[in-house]
Amino acid sequence: MATATVTAIPTDTGIETRNYLNADYGLKSWLLTTDHKRIAWLYLIAITFFFLVGAIAALLIRIDLLVPQGLIVTPETYNKLFTMHGIIMVFLFLIPSIPAVFGNFLIPMMIGARDVAFPKLNLLSWYVFVTGGMFVMYAIAAGGVDTGWTFYTPLSTSYLNTHVMAAAAGVFIAGFSSILTGLNFIVTIHKMRAPGMTWFRMPLFLWSMYATSVMQVLGTPVLAITLFLVAIERMFHVGIFDPALGGDPLLFQHLFWFYSHPAVYIMILPSMGVVSELIAAFSRKRIFGYEFVAFSSVAIAAISFLVWGHHMFVSGESVYAGVVFSALSMAVAIPSAIKVFNWTATLYKGSISFDAPMLYALGFIGLFTMGGLTGIFLATLAVDQYVHDTYFVVAHFHYIMVGGAIMGYMGALHYWWPKMTGRLYPDRWARVAAFIIFIGFNLTFLPQFVLGYLGMPRRYAIYPAQFQSLNVLSTAGASILGVGYVIPLIYFIWSLRYGPVAGPNPFRAKGLEWTTPSPPPPHNFEQTPIVTEEAYAYGSGVPHSV
Amino acid sequence: MLFGLLLGFLPEASTMARPVDYLFWFCIAVLVFFTALIFATIFYFAIRYRRRSEDEIPPQIQGNLPLEIVWTVIPMGIVAVMFVWGTALFIRNARPPADATDVYVTGKQWMWKIQHSNGRREIDALHVPEGVPIKLIMTSEDVIHDFSVPAFRVKKDVLPDHYTSIWFTADRLGKYRFYCDQYCGMGHSQMRGYLYVMTPGAYEAWLHHGVQAQTMAQAGALLYNRMGCSTCHGTGKGPPFAGLYGKTVRLANGSTAAANDAYLRQMILYPGQKIVAGYRDIMPTFKGQLTEEEVLDLIAYIKSLGSKPGNTGE
Amino acid sequence: MSDAHPHVAVAEQFDDAEQQHEAAGLGMWIFLATEIMFFGGLFASYTIYRNLYPAGFLAGSGLLNAKIGAFNTVVLITSSLTMAMAVHSAQLGRRKALIGFLFLTLLLGLTFVGVKLYFEWYHDYLTHVAPGFGFHPEGADLARIHALHAPLSAVELFMCFYFLMTGVHALHMVVGVGILTVLIVKAWRGRITRESHNIVEMAGLYWHFVDIIWIFLFPLLYLLGVTR
Ligand code: HEA
Ligand code: HEA
Ligand code: HEC
Ligand code: CUA
Ligand SMILES: [Cu+2]
Repeated sequence: MATATVTAIPTDTGIETRNYLNADYGLKSWLLTTDHKRIAWLYLIAITFFFLVGAIAALLIRIDLLVPQGLIVTPETYNKLFTMHGIIMVFLFLIPSIPAVFGNFLIPMMIGARDVAFPKLNLLSWYVFVTGGMFVMYAIAAGGVDTGWTFYTPLSTSYLNTHVMAAAAGVFIAGFSSILTGLNFIVTIHKMRAPGMTWFRMPLFLWSMYATSVMQVLGTPVLAITLFLVAIERMFHVGIFDPALGGDPLLFQHLFWFYSHPAVYIMILPSMGVVSELIAAFSRKRIFGYEFVAFSSVAIAAISFLVWGHHMFVSGESVYAGVVFSALSMAVAIPSAIKVFNWTATLYKGSISFDAPMLYALGFIGLFTMGGLTGIFLATLAVDQYVHDTYFVVAHFHYIMVGGAIMGYMGALHYWWPKMTGRLYPDRWARVAAFIIFIGFNLTFLPQFVLGYLGMPRRYAIYPAQFQSLNVLSTAGASILGVGYVIPLIYFIWSLRYGPVAGPNPFRAKGLEWTTPSPPPPHNFEQTPIVTEEAYAYGSGVPHSV
Repeated sequence: MLFGLLLGFLPEASTMARPVDYLFWFCIAVLVFFTALIFATIFYFAIRYRRRSEDEIPPQIQGNLPLEIVWTVIPMGIVAVMFVWGTALFIRNARPPADATDVYVTGKQWMWKIQHSNGRREIDALHVPEGVPIKLIMTSEDVIHDFSVPAFRVKKDVLPDHYTSIWFTADRLGKYRFYCDQYCGMGHSQMRGYLYVMTPGAYEAWLHHGVQAQTMAQAGALLYNRMGCSTCHGTGKGPPFAGLYGKTVRLANGSTAAANDAYLRQMILYPGQKIVAGYRDIMPTFKGQLTEEEVLDLIAYIKSLGSKPGNTGE
Repeated sequence: MSDAHPHVAVAEQFDDAEQQHEAAGLGMWIFLATEIMFFGGLFASYTIYRNLYPAGFLAGSGLLNAKIGAFNTVVLITSSLTMAMAVHSAQLGRRKALIGFLFLTLLLGLTFVGVKLYFEWYHDYLTHVAPGFGFHPEGADLARIHALHAPLSAVELFMCFYFLMTGVHALHMVVGVGILTVLIVKAWRGRITRESHNIVEMAGLYWHFVDIIWIFLFPLLYLLGVTR
């Protein structure tokens, strides 16, 4: 795509030339930067930290579940562990992951702009995010919170003496970061596209980021007001959600899921966008049915606001509400299926290479299919009435969030790392790690589907002995998975210093971001590029490497 | 074989379990089919079309409308089947038969208190007869819990200040686990117990084993006098209770209400919220003076005074 | 490139002033969309409880002073007018008129908040109908509640929503007042020219939005008790 104005790519772009990383030195130049690429790094560092905290919690959970009575912690602590694990992984890791890191880094580069529309707001979003994160960290340090990531009332408002307020405040604050980022991206994509970059020439990553941003902007305020009401009820003991005070506990669930269901697509859509980029680049083909993939992102965003009630089938909501929400949940699955089929069809007659990013993309497709189809199980009323709140649900969402979203995130990291740093990582290690993650992942979560079918409830610190063998299997898987995550952590850090120089386009991919040197200069493009081609126009030849 | 193995761990012990399992295994079939299809296709394409030279440019294919339509319509058809099937079962499971035996369940951090209408109480255990439809009328004294019996394939949240219910007909003798499935605080994972399915004869014997102090209705009758209900409801100052249960009550604001469990509970605990037509709003609230179990006793007493047929108490 | 705004400082990420102008406008509208969802959550919860406790909400509404509410409504609508005039003046580059109208808007905004604070909330506090601060209505208030057979807890819930909704609204007013102050200082120093009136326009959008929220709040909270 769009190589028209940037034809003369310097052939020898060593790391020595002036780029966004070495344009300025010192902590201050990072903490006060308005460069979207540096802000992407700020996010990358913050969310990696949060991921490690969340992962350690996961590790402790799995170790504790090795024996039915709990191996290392008391039930009280166990409850805090899964709560912190859920809150951190969802609100502080997965929701910001791809949007805040790769959205920030790539959106301006992909549309041929010098920066996002509101760079200062962008920096502010990061500070807001970190502030929110600090509140959550404070809640942990001060003794933890044990509401579950869902904060269900009246438990959270009237019965718990843990640090609910701090945790809720953290999520509330982090939410505003999400809103501001979404706002920034929508305006950027609408108003900052380079000449010739029409909507249907945009890479599919941008379509999915756009749909994600709309959901962030419209959904997050509802979460904010919900947590606000929880705080009011806790502080003043007025009956908003607690029936003992005259409130309605189901209202909380409605408000919470009105946000948190769209939130699950906030987590998966960016990953789907990444997968579209990867599949195109590593099979050197335009995505099959581009328009269908693009519009399915929009369809998912639209329908996702109408299905929240599927988390409440057995909560006492009316049978008729259940029927309607079940039907709509089925409907929201169709656009996802369309995406999966189109990605698979893109491989047909492609020129497929198996670089690490591609392995993650292929892993994504398979695991997302499994996670998504088990979502359909849950949307089927009579089945949900059976497996609701068992490990079946836990397995469903880990298949999508870990097997899907994180695979996409890892793929993105491996694909754009050379662009971000100018250096390559050891490809062989990367492929080995991808395999370890795939194996470890399935070993961890496949047994949990069976546990769910057998009726093991989730959020159980102590469980009947008949479930032990499957739990041991799952823990074994998690330790393999953990190794798989630690390897990239090591070689990425290694490559920062010792990695071979990557050159502007190591994967010989199309896309405006690959037309700049690696790492890109502070304002991305010397001149505003003029776009004359569709996205993924591999038919016109592949760019040179180096 | 996998099927049989799993059933060994988790029997189908109610009339609902078998149909739900059929649906579940249909879903599994869909899952396996599509997962296999996608994985196999990916593997095949990935190997068949692997990159053979560094400068290779494959033929560019834009898309194919008929194909898009096919893979939109087929999943639609499949989910339509699941939806209709699942919904039909769910609605059936939501409608208890009229002759179901009521058993009362109260959740409390972190135990299950169960009461049979003859007054027999148990904690974290539930005895039921085989082949008889049982309806659980459930409420909570504090937070939200969830009563789940995997072997019967049913569960429902248990809410404070509301009644929810599930029903089942056990059809296999034995001892099964039930759990609290909604996170409810520290002791959530210990809030569980055993459900015993007995032959009707054994159940009768169990039910009348030992000296039962009184049936729930009798306990309710005592409360009726002790709490002073009789001073109004026995004198015409308040409406009489005979034949009330299941009736459609006319209210002062012109609307009507079905006199089911939830209605009776509301009238006892929050009398000001609905006023029966023809009466004045003089009934004091009994909120805070009666436990959830005592409210259930009172309701059982009102039921014992006769009811309109065909009511479900839902 | 566009000639419409020749002398405006264009931030480096933008190609020209027009792009900058459009981006700011779109950003503002999206911000207002999030605000609508924010208030929407409150309105939805309010509506649900109103249906659940009709009597309680009716009685609660009776505790409010519709006359003061009406007065404040007039104040706000007038302020919308003066704000519109300010935007108009900015477009024409009339500095004095701009400052004047901004100042008037500021005064009206402060009046609104002052009245709300002193004649309503403080009064509610003194008569013990502020939720969470020892809610126990007395005298005529209590009699009215009894006459409507309203459970006290439902009345308190109404008052809770009343404080929440008007409180969040007042918070927006206070932010608006801050924005106006900044604008006045800028205009005073001559920093707002005909070409850079954009910022006044954005502030105007915000101010009108906050007014519109009140137009919904007023009947929802105050007039419920008057109509019956
Ligand atoms: C990224 C996160 C993510 C995503 C994308 C999804 C996607 C979906 N989810 Fe999931 N879900 C969660 C995260 C996610 N979910 C979480 C975190 C919970 C638990 C919350 C909690 O309680 O803590 C949850 C819980 C949850 C429930 C409630 C379960 C319960 O508590 O009882 C339900 C019920 O309907 C559901 C359904 C679905 C459906 C139908 C989809 C669909 O969008 C999936 C669509 C995808 C596909 C269908 C795959 C592609 C299909 C093919 C290629 C094959 C052809 C297709 C067909 C034959 C249809 N999910
Ligand atoms: C993005 C979201 C996300 C991610 C990535 C994960 C990742 C993992 N999760 Fe999590 N999970 C949730 C979201 C997520 N989870 C949510 C929302 C819940 C529900 C919470 C609730 O009920 O409220 C949940 C609940 C949940 C449970 C159920 C708890 C219960 O109900 O009782 C379990 C149990 O096995 C589990 C396991 C795991 C495992 C093994 C991983 C693995 O993928 C993690 C792999 C990582 C490691 C195994 C560690 C790797 C080690 C390092 C990185 C080195 C660090 C060490 C040092 C530096 C010393 N998760
Ligand atoms: C001071 C008088 C008084 C007392 C004591 C009293 N009630 Fe009532 N009750 C009434 C009146 C009057 C009504 C009808 C008006 C209304 O609905 O509030 C009523 C209505 C009811 C109804 C609804 C009846 C219908 O026809 O729909 C129920 C159920 C009820 N009361 C139960 C009880 C119980 C149980 C007690 C004791 C624990 C009790 N009442 C004590 C006066 C009283
Ligand atoms: Cu009770 Cu969990
Ligand atoms: Cu959902």
